[in-house]
Amino acid sequence: MKTLLYIAASALVVGFAFWAYQVNYATQASVRDLETLRQEIAREREAIGMLRAEWAYLNRPDRLRLLAETYFGTLQLAPMTAVHFADPTEVPFRDAPANTLADSVLQAVLEGTE
Amino acid sequence: MTAPRRPLRPLARVFNARAHGENPDDVEAEERAARMRERQRAERRRAAARLWLLAATFVLAFGTVGARMSVLATTDPVEPKAAVQSAQIVAQRADILDRNGAILATNFQTASLYAQPQLMVDRAAAAAGLAAIFSDENETELLKQFSGKRKFLWIKRSLSPEQRQAVHDLGEPGLQFGPREMRLYPNGSLAAHVLGGYGFGREGVHAAEVIGSAGVELTFDAFLRDPANQGQPLELSLDLSVQAAVERVLAGGMRLMNAKGAAAVLMEAETGQIIAMTSLPDFDPNKRPPPPTSGDPSNSPIFNRAAQGVYELGSTFKVFAAAQAIELGLAGPETVIDTKGPMAWGRFRIRDFHDYGPRMTLNEVVVKSSNIGTARIALEIGAERQQAFLETLGFMEPVPVTLPEARRTKPLKPKRWSEISTMTISYGHGLAATPLHLATAYASLVNGGLRVRPSLLKDTPPPTEADRVLSEETSRKIRSMLRQVVQRGTATLANVEGYRVGGKTGTADKPKHTGGYYEDKVIATFVAAFPAHDPEYVLVVSLDEPEDRAGREARRTAGWTAAPVAGEIIRRIAPLMNLRPLPKEDAPEVTSLRTGN
Repeated sequence: MKTLLYIAASALVVGFAFWAYQVNYATQASVRDLETLRQEIAREREAIGMLRAEWAYLNRPDRLRLLAETYFGTLQLAPMTAVHFADPTEVPFRDAPANTLADSVLQAVLEGTE
Repeated sequence: MTAPRRPLRPLARVFNARAHGENPDDVEAEERAARMRERQRAERRRAAARLWLLAATFVLAFGTVGARMSVLATTDPVEPKAAVQSAQIVAQRADILDRNGAILATNFQTASLYAQPQLMVDRAAAAAGLAAIFSDENETELLKQFSGKRKFLWIKRSLSPEQRQAVHDLGEPGLQFGPREMRLYPNGSLAAHVLGGYGFGREGVHAAEVIGSAGVELTFDAFLRDPANQGQPLELSLDLSVQAAVERVLAGGMRLMNAKGAAAVLMEAETGQIIAMTSLPDFDPNKRPPPPTSGDPSNSPIFNRAAQGVYELGSTFKVFAAAQAIELGLAGPETVIDTKGPMAWGRFRIRDFHDYGPRMTLNEVVVKSSNIGTARIALEIGAERQQAFLETLGFMEPVPVTLPEARRTKPLKPKRWSEISTMTISYGHGLAATPLHLATAYASLVNGGLRVRPSLLKDTPPPTEADRVLSEETSRKIRSMLRQVVQRGTATLANVEGYRVGGKTGTADKPKHTGGYYEDKVIATFVAAFPAHDPEYVLVVSLDEPEDRAGREARRTAGWTAAPVAGEIIRRIAPLMNLRPLPKEDAPEVTSLRTGN
């Protein structure tokens, strides 16, 4: 009986030790994972920051103005003025659907038969 | 299960012994001895097993300890951690954004380059390679430095990625990179005076402090660098596209009017938020020039004319006298004022630009800009009340805006506020203030009479009833006067179709350093409020020594110089701010409409 108790107790100690160490190692592994992830996030953020800076640099008003002037022939972009505002009532309603090719063919056929 | 117990006197052996005539007791003794031996053997086995177990336990235990110790001894030490540190800061200095989130200043990682000559393989080749990459480095100079006794020397504080790759390609182990954060103003000289500039603080191989040296970079240095903010950006009230348009038009106007400098401030009338502020000539904050060591500091590009330049602002001050007279009940817009000139006061004589006849209404005094009329009103108001009113509008103190340059700039006022000062100040001579002061005061006058406090930060709260300096009614009358100045007065060139600009011109002779005034050098200022019946924005445009040489004789008055420039600015920026054009004024009154963003 006593032996059984001893064996059970030592098994318990071993079991708990095993469990405790496992938790410990799992935690350390997560911390390492976390660290890698954080470094990755930091790298990504740095890259995002760099891209944002580049985006801001490419979109600086001076450059956009220059591009608008260079490509004026195709884009025809001019500074916005009061003339560019319109009243909602000035917008026409959508036209009735335009005649399709089939319609005009049908029309021609009908006209031909008359 | 033990084996069946063997008796000490087994019957078979006893009988056998008896048959052979032996003593059966011997059998018993023999059996007893055998049993004893058996027991001893069993006990020895048990003891041996226990000893083995004990030995194994000790070997295992000490073996584990020993193994652990050797592992600890051979690996790098690691600090035990109770918790992982929370969120990381991306850059050591936060971004600065405009009101729409566009980047005005940001930080990014670059590399610094340093040399350790003792590690170099081929010093001559390294020097030649560096000289080829950096145009500002001298090969012989570098070689001399590499051959000296120094073990460490900086070559470049910050590198572009291309330069870094080029240096890397030299393959020289003695040339090394350190990480370095750098401040970037992607828009170049845009809003340079507001942003200020940066410099490096403490420098090390692995990092260097980036610190603000002027402008909001300096004012909010602690905020921008505080890790507790976790990289939260500083949001300014500036609008990037409006600022760009203002700078562009102002630069064009400055060239056209042959001015040597110009300043503009655009402010929200309700809240005092500054949407655009510019001073020309300007500079690139990426390479902020050092402060001038000789000459007039106000001619340096780093001088902010809008917030630092104190000028006598001329006739723009007449509106303050008119507003106070109306507020005190001394006069109404239709009250007739004696404007017979020249007006003599002691040994001084006050003249008008033209003779406007012997009397005018107060309305006309402002619209036509009569010095004599304004001086007479000022006399009625009196020095003390005038001083108090100008104080409530902020003309006695530096502008409380978050710019170190503005905080240091006190308006210049006469030492003794005599009656003649009262009269000259009423039309803008004798008291010098910045264009920012003027914008603040006008915003307070036209927004319904609430004193605004200019701010460069987004979401500044509007003033409350506690800040009232003028009644709603007086403010309305002033707005109507300002509108008439543009419709039929001195500033007709500032009229913009659809935006009902109201405003006031001001032309002040420049004071000489030696005393007295220049005959042919002026500061031309125009203050605009638009749309005039319910102003959303106040714009101040100030030109330094403008001269319109298009006509037969050079014209310098603000109506010919600052007013058309301001008009052009409004034409460009009002649509950018989603301000919808209004129908002509004879059409039924409509409130100002704004389209959604």
